[in-house]
Amino acid sequence: MAKIKKIVIIGATSAMAEECARLWLQGGAIELVLVGRDAVRTERVADDLRVRNPAAMVKVVVSHFIDPMEIQTTVDHIAGDGAVDMALIAHGLLPDQRHCQSDLSACQDALVINGISPVLFAEAFASHMAMSGHGTVAIIGSVAGERGRKSNYVYGAAKGLVTRYAQGLQHRFAGSSVKIVLIKPGPTDTPMTAHLKNQGAKLASVEAVAQGIVNAVDQGLSEVYVPGKWRLIMWVIRHMPAFIFNKLNI
Amino acid sequence: MITLSSWGRVEQHLHEVIPLNDPGKVPALISRHGPGIAYGMGRSYGDVCLNPGGVVWNTTGLNHLIQFDDERGLLRAEAGVLLRDIQRLFIPRGWMLPVTPGTQLITLGGAIANDVHGKNHHVQGSFGDHVRRIRLVRSDGEVIECTPHLNPAWFSATMGGLGLTGVIVEVDVQLRRTEGPWLESETISYANLDEFFHLADSSETGWEYTVSWIDCLSGAGGRGIFMRANHVADQSHAPTKGVKVFPFEPPISLVNRASLQLFNSVYFNLKSLRVGRALIHYEPFFYPLDNILEWNRMYGPKGFFQYQGVVPRVVGREALRAMLEAISHSGEGSFLAVLKTFGDRQSPGMLSFPQPGVTLALDFPNRGKVTHKLFERLDAIVREAAGRLYPAKDGRMPRSLFEAGYPRLSEFMQYRDSGISSAMSRRLMGS
Repeated sequence: MAKIKKIVIIGATSAMAEECARLWLQGGAIELVLVGRDAVRTERVADDLRVRNPAAMVKVVVSHFIDPMEIQTTVDHIAGDGAVDMALIAHGLLPDQRHCQSDLSACQDALVINGISPVLFAEAFASHMAMSGHGTVAIIGSVAGERGRKSNYVYGAAKGLVTRYAQGLQHRFAGSSVKIVLIKPGPTDTPMTAHLKNQGAKLASVEAVAQGIVNAVDQGLSEVYVPGKWRLIMWVIRHMPAFIFNKLNI
Repeated sequence: MITLSSWGRVEQHLHEVIPLNDPGKVPALISRHGPGIAYGMGRSYGDVCLNPGGVVWNTTGLNHLIQFDDERGLLRAEAGVLLRDIQRLFIPRGWMLPVTPGTQLITLGGAIANDVHGKNHHVQGSFGDHVRRIRLVRSDGEVIECTPHLNPAWFSATMGGLGLTGVIVEVDVQLRRTEGPWLESETISYANLDEFFHLADSSETGWEYTVSWIDCLSGAGGRGIFMRANHVADQSHAPTKGVKVFPFEPPISLVNRASLQLFNSVYFNLKSLRVGRALIHYEPFFYPLDNILEWNRMYGPKGFFQYQGVVPRVVGREALRAMLEAISHSGEGSFLAVLKTFGDRQSPGMLSFPQPGVTLALDFPNRGKVTHKLFERLDAIVREAAGRLYPAKDGRMPRSLFEAGYPRLSEFMQYRDSGISSAMSRRLMGS
């Protein structure tokens, strides 16, 4: 019998991650390990997935997301139970940019949870995959990481860090069977962006974005924009001369 | 603030949207941000889910399944779960919702707040007949568990309670066994109301689903197409067809007198040619319009009204005849005109709409005064027949007609939550 695929999701209560989990469950029998900060909220996601597919094995692991020692222990423990086929690193918080400007500890928190923490998780999984010789690390970055903008450059800086880090990992594992997938969602309709919706922003549906993520991981793409139109939009933003860019209120 | 409307799109106003994503945080959120009203998919037609200038609590983030008992078919889920998701997940596993309305793109909470019904009312009753438990959060933070036996008055007030007794956060619903997604349907044309009633009555036993389309431009005669169906055992699952989106909002309604005459005549004659039996998947049979997202845009920027009333059987024929005549005379017309008999049974909610009799549902493009004038005429017929209108479809009925149609209203008022208010509650209940 073929080995059951083992997928680990860090930040399993994020709407995007959860939607991906629902899609993976439709694919048949898998083992899902949901890692979250809060036991009650993570169990809520797990219960939902168990009802959706009673044949799937769904486990919950509660972990601290900042402390490097605890991240290492959590990942070692999960990998020790059986090799991980895929790790989706999906956690994050969209901070209030102005708050980050006036309160340095808020700024630090935003940088750590969106930048450092995903890198530490990815590094821990990558080491295990380097040893076992296979696996996929999928990291959710953001289009916000492409060019600093006044409306959210602290978040953007953290996501930019994740982007450079993922490039480095891809370089490291080039030619091996360990795959590193960097996903760059555009603004998506999730609880994290609810306030944007009240400001009238047009957001992509979380179902569509999750489908994009699942497809990218299946195909082992190194970098994907979801929805795809963001590749073009961000190309324009990145290449825009400063004298134009600086006039934009974005 | 964002602009929200309901399905009819007649009223479009700014609202502050507070998303409810975590059941544990609902009590704190609704007491801090209010008064408001729960808003799910916005599929009701009038103002039951609207609170212009104020707060709505968006429940679609409460979209988690909690538990399923495979032996008994009992599902526990959060109130923002869509009926579509339940159907698609459980039908391949041999279970389905016993009652669904003409769209599956609605939440469990919305199905309860409006105590919706379907084409099988004479067999299965309304949605509320299959709800076993509701968890209600009041705006003062109190959580009330109610079932038909525990806090039964709260249960009955909440069933069809227009979202006014508290925010529904969790639901137990009893699914029914099903052999698969296929139905055997039979289509029959009828030339007049007498034939309709004969078909409806003779189909009550032997057919689980009955519904009919009526050509409301044919005058008091009332020709139409009668459809009835039953489940059949079949294990093959049809792939779901891709959905289409109604591509644009035309500057004026595409539904007008000229297009309707043509449409109704073509539709009747085409369907008449295709009478007989056929095998049909449940999705196109139950939810024919769900595959065209945003079909409501075809009525143009002014939106449209639904007018749905029920009148008792004893006066049904005369009342329907009078209504069809009034529509014919008015020059207004309806394209989605649905005629159906309700079963002879008591509804579970104090304000549930279904009652024994015959129900007529009509769409009218919003043409302002002309349309309202027709509604006044139809109101008079419904009132005289001791009937009532369906709040889920309504954005304009006079308070007196509501009070006349819902004799348990004063009993219901004891269970209202003072921190909850909607455009409809202010219009029909004064607060």
